[in-house]
Amino acid sequence: MRLAILDRGHSLGTKLLFAVIGAMTRQPVPELIKLLRYRPDFFGDPMKVVTHEAMRGPSAWSVADRELMAAVVSRVNACEFCIGAHTATSTRAYGDAGKVAAVLADPANAPVEQPLRATLAMLAKLTREQAVDAGDMRAVLAAGASPRQVEDALAVAFAFNVINRLADSFAFAVPGPKALDSAAKFLLARGYR
Amino acid sequence: MTDIVASRAALTARLVDGDGTTPREQRQAAFAGARLAGPLDALLDKVRLAATRVTDADVAAAKAAGLSEDQLFELVIAAAVGQATTQYESARAALAAATAGD
Repeated sequence: MRLAILDRGHSLGTKLLFAVIGAMTRQPVPELIKLLRYRPDFFGDPMKVVTHEAMRGPSAWSVADRELMAAVVSRVNACEFCIGAHTATSTRAYGDAGKVAAVLADPANAPVEQPLRATLAMLAKLTREQAVDAGDMRAVLAAGASPRQVEDALAVAFAFNVINRLADSFAFAVPGPKALDSAAKFLLARGYR
Repeated sequence: MTDIVASRAALTARLVDGDGTTPREQRQAAFAGARLAGPLDALLDKVRLAATRVTDADVAAAKAAGLSEDQLFELVIAAAVGQATTQYESARAALAAATAGD
């Protein structure tokens, strides 16, 4: 963690909470949680509302699909912390490790339905190039995604283009496999609130 | 469909218009991607476009120029949310153009 305040600048109540979480999970508190709990009124609390709605609000995309979008965006941003967390979460949500691995290895030939494959390609371009144009959107719509599905996918990309940048700017420690699995279970049970 | 209109507006309003340890104008500039003085400018450019390349030295240089950790916390977050907002608005405009006339 690059800023000491994010490691140990929290209020006494939050420090106690972290001690309880650490004792219960027998894992270090994820550094994203440390960020969200530091001066939470400034960023953590309002960001959690956006992220929970994008990832768990009512949508024609499944939770697994949205976790896969989060993994793909994170992959383009090369954010190791988030790639690990959302690969684990989408894998658990689909109940299919091979599918997620195949999408991340070769997105153009991803073994998913055409609307999702086209949407993932658009999100990857948006993340890589910072913009997309009407032609890119027409391709996604022609592949069968509805405008509402596109909007929902853009909400996911917004949330993770924020979190990816912060994870790397503040140098979050990348959790090990056991911690990632616990995080995936937690995110599927409780969401992002 | 999911609805992040109100929650995204609340996030932005808190970051750029609310109280903080940095002046509002500086947070607004960080959010908007405007140029800022000193080593902060290079740091926030990396946050926006190459966050994996941010180094301890970038943060140390910004601190040496007089910024506190709380100020860096605010400005890095404003830059990250601002860049994601630029992307998001580009994509929503593209979608509106693609569906115009439907």
